[in-house]
Amino acid sequence: MSASIVNDFSLRIATPNGTGSQTSNLIIFRSLFHMGLAPSAKNLFPSNIQGLPTWYQIRVSDAGWQARREEWQVMIPLNPMTFAQDLRESLPGTVVIDNADQKGVDAALFTGLTRYSVPFDSIAREGISDAKLRPRMRNLIYVGVVAELFGIPEPSLRAAIDAVFPKKKEVADSNFEAAMLGMRHVREKIEKRDPYRFAPADQTAGKILIEGNDAAALGCVFGGCSVVSWYPITPASSLAEYLIGHLAKMREKDADGSNRYIVIQAEDELAAIGMAIGANWAGARAMTSTSGPGISLMSENLGLGYYAEIPCVVFDVQRVGPSTGLPTRTQQSDLLQVAFQSHGDTRFPMLFPADAKEAFELSTAAFDLAEHYQTPIFVMSDLDLGMNLWVSDELEYPTTPIDRGKLATDEVLAKLADWGRYLDVDGDGVPYRTVPGKTTDPRTAHLTRGSGHDEQGRYSEDPAVYARNLDRLARKIDGTVDRLPEPVLHAAKGKKKKGAGGGELGLIAFGTTDHAVREALAGMSSPPPYLRLRAWPFHASVGDFIREHERVLVIEQNQQGQVAHLLRMAFPELAPRIESSRYYGGLPLSAAFVRGALELEPAKA
Amino acid sequence: MSEAASEAPSAASAPKTNRLGLTKDQYGGAPSTMCKGCGHDRISEAVIQAAFEVGLDAKSLIKMSGIGCSSKTPAYFIGRALGLNSTHGRMPSFATGAHVANRSMTALGVSGDGDTASIGMGQFVHLVRRNARMVYIVENNGVYGLTKGQFSATADRASPSKRGAHPTEEAIDLCGLALELGCGFVARSFSGDKKQLVPLLEAALSFDGLAFIDVISPCVTFNNHDASTKSYTYIKEHDVHFHDPAYVASFEHIDVEYEPGAAIDVKLHDGSRLVLRKLEKEYDPTSRAEAARVLGETRSRGEVLTGMIHIATDKPTLISGAKLSKTPLAMLGEKELRPSKQALAKLMGSYRF
Repeated sequence: MSASIVNDFSLRIATPNGTGSQTSNLIIFRSLFHMGLAPSAKNLFPSNIQGLPTWYQIRVSDAGWQARREEWQVMIPLNPMTFAQDLRESLPGTVVIDNADQKGVDAALFTGLTRYSVPFDSIAREGISDAKLRPRMRNLIYVGVVAELFGIPEPSLRAAIDAVFPKKKEVADSNFEAAMLGMRHVREKIEKRDPYRFAPADQTAGKILIEGNDAAALGCVFGGCSVVSWYPITPASSLAEYLIGHLAKMREKDADGSNRYIVIQAEDELAAIGMAIGANWAGARAMTSTSGPGISLMSENLGLGYYAEIPCVVFDVQRVGPSTGLPTRTQQSDLLQVAFQSHGDTRFPMLFPADAKEAFELSTAAFDLAEHYQTPIFVMSDLDLGMNLWVSDELEYPTTPIDRGKLATDEVLAKLADWGRYLDVDGDGVPYRTVPGKTTDPRTAHLTRGSGHDEQGRYSEDPAVYARNLDRLARKIDGTVDRLPEPVLHAAKGKKKKGAGGGELGLIAFGTTDHAVREALAGMSSPPPYLRLRAWPFHASVGDFIREHERVLVIEQNQQGQVAHLLRMAFPELAPRIESSRYYGGLPLSAAFVRGALELEPAKA
Repeated sequence: MSEAASEAPSAASAPKTNRLGLTKDQYGGAPSTMCKGCGHDRISEAVIQAAFEVGLDAKSLIKMSGIGCSSKTPAYFIGRALGLNSTHGRMPSFATGAHVANRSMTALGVSGDGDTASIGMGQFVHLVRRNARMVYIVENNGVYGLTKGQFSATADRASPSKRGAHPTEEAIDLCGLALELGCGFVARSFSGDKKQLVPLLEAALSFDGLAFIDVISPCVTFNNHDASTKSYTYIKEHDVHFHDPAYVASFEHIDVEYEPGAAIDVKLHDGSRLVLRKLEKEYDPTSRAEAARVLGETRSRGEVLTGMIHIATDKPTLISGAKLSKTPLAMLGEKELRPSKQALAKLMGSYRF
């Protein structure tokens, strides 16, 4: 047998959704984490409740890379609907663990593959007495097979099962027994003919397991959010649902048990954003969480937020568009929409978290930014970050106190010579904001409106007044770069990378593509410098980075090269240097794609 | 009842003040930009009068509106209060958000029939279902004024435009709809009937829940010709009401003298009372079924039912259902809002293996 391949392979498990495979896959994942491995888990599920294909890819690597690996080394094709496709798509040498009890299987499909055929149904029939439980438990058998074949120790398996069923010992016991059936079958009936092995590792010190939406929800709690208005939409729903749970447990209640927050499930996204903006106007930190289609609906009300200068935090957990698109696939394709949404000259700052820890940090920061700049702020997450389970650094407590921004309280007004709701007294473009109940000064009474207004908030159709106000708004948004998170530079090591066309190359990416990018660069002898954007509008340092390179390649997950467009817009004199490499297939980005993008850099004449 | 407190017949004296020491003028706002004779201005006057009489503190009021002629009017009353003129058809959501952010504020919203019954129909329905506490006034003229006279969804089929065209769709009766949705305060009035409208507004300000008042408000520019079912003439001729409303504020100690059975006395949550003096025919407005029956009957006779159509004070509200803190969320500080460092550290324990 060839030499072992240890901790460097990926498994792809195909099952119909709604059959309990989710639990089994999670158990495998957690067992590996228990062994000290930092696996990557990508759940590829359909937009359906039950019966359509699901694929789960678990991947282990030497450095705990979290990106998806394109090819798989082990295939478990337990969905008859996709059986033939799963085998045809498997590369030669792939290990296949198939269901020996499946009828009508064309053996020719296994040519070139290493086949372990396991009679899952028979084992289940013999070993699981409760007929009602059998369909669910059947999936635990393949967990046991995987454990025994590739070396997951029993204690890790048991610990994982206990973690998945923390309060149900009997259920955990029956699950473990089902898994044992699979382990026993391998011990007694199967001879290992493949090189793949798991071995204990040291990748998990100080790490946690958390979904991106969960981390973002926690960020809202620690960001002082007290009003949540939302409408369910894949892949954003779980953010609101986690938030509901966290608020109930972590937000201290009044002595009589009353809640210091409220959650309203709105009738649609227009209502959700209306409530969030209305609540912010009245002085409570409010948020909503949605995806592309919801943002489209929110456009008009967000324009009011921009022009009337009302804070708000909106999460866009991006999915594949346009229109209904692919609700369960990931993309980074709402950037242009969000940046300039709503009619007229608007701009909406965006934050780009790359991992769960940043989802937490930037979520908390978003509330301060929204109130400081008195404007809606967007946290641009995506389905990959939001709904997959990530190995992450522990979340850290905020280092700065809550910043409510410039409020027109009586104390502040007493010191100001002049005040108007839209008057720039400090020269930073940011006025002093009124909140009902926070001031008694009669000067502050006014009607907040989305129609044209003067510095005092009075209706005005005067061209000069209108232009002055709009220009101040533009200055205000320009000024957000002072507080928006700065980009992260991964400087070049050793020799600087030349693009295929000659000349120095720089790489730009943002959001979850970071994992694939860093993995690709780690495998190169002379990787290009890589700048990871964390916000828009862009810092001046982004322009500096582009200026330092003859050519800059933007890696992004959309068809139109949206961030490349934004960069060219921001730095027009540098536009010719900017190209984008675009993946938009809807799957989480792989390092292979990035490597391909760097190697295929077109030569310039 | 409250009237008795204001109109003293003595000659030239200092302007009357309410229990806050304010005059009625101090409840005014900016000059109106409505057309001369517009019904909306009469409604604004009624709001001013109601607010003055009950001694409303402007600092505790938030004025809400959508988009349209009537949505401009919050600028013309109670200028000392803050307000949010939102987007077309979306006042319910903004008002709901503002309300839950600061439950100590009284929300008073002005909308039109286009704003509420067309683009805003969905949000109106869900606002009523949620029973968020606010005064919701629809200034109903059967047309879109600002965009120059198109029919609205409340325009009756029988009601021709100035050029003789008729609506081709069934009219929406907002009171009937609100009733159907379980609204606990359904009233209709007329911009020309202050005697009826002011006590209804006062009761609405006291009501703990959604208080809906459909106020027919003739559009003198586009829809006040005699044939229009939303004209002054038509309303005067077809208005029917079964009770005369009167409002007794909680701080007033006035004995209402009626014979037993001659009036329905509804106690409101803040201790004030809505007294409905029965007229010749009568029905029990606290009964939703009765209200629905009478509404249906009057409608089929071409009559316009006004007054307190239905009132029920026992419905759970949005914030009672959410067990919301008595302290307005907007007033909470970092100590109340941000969990401790220890809490985060403890939570992290549950995310490690």
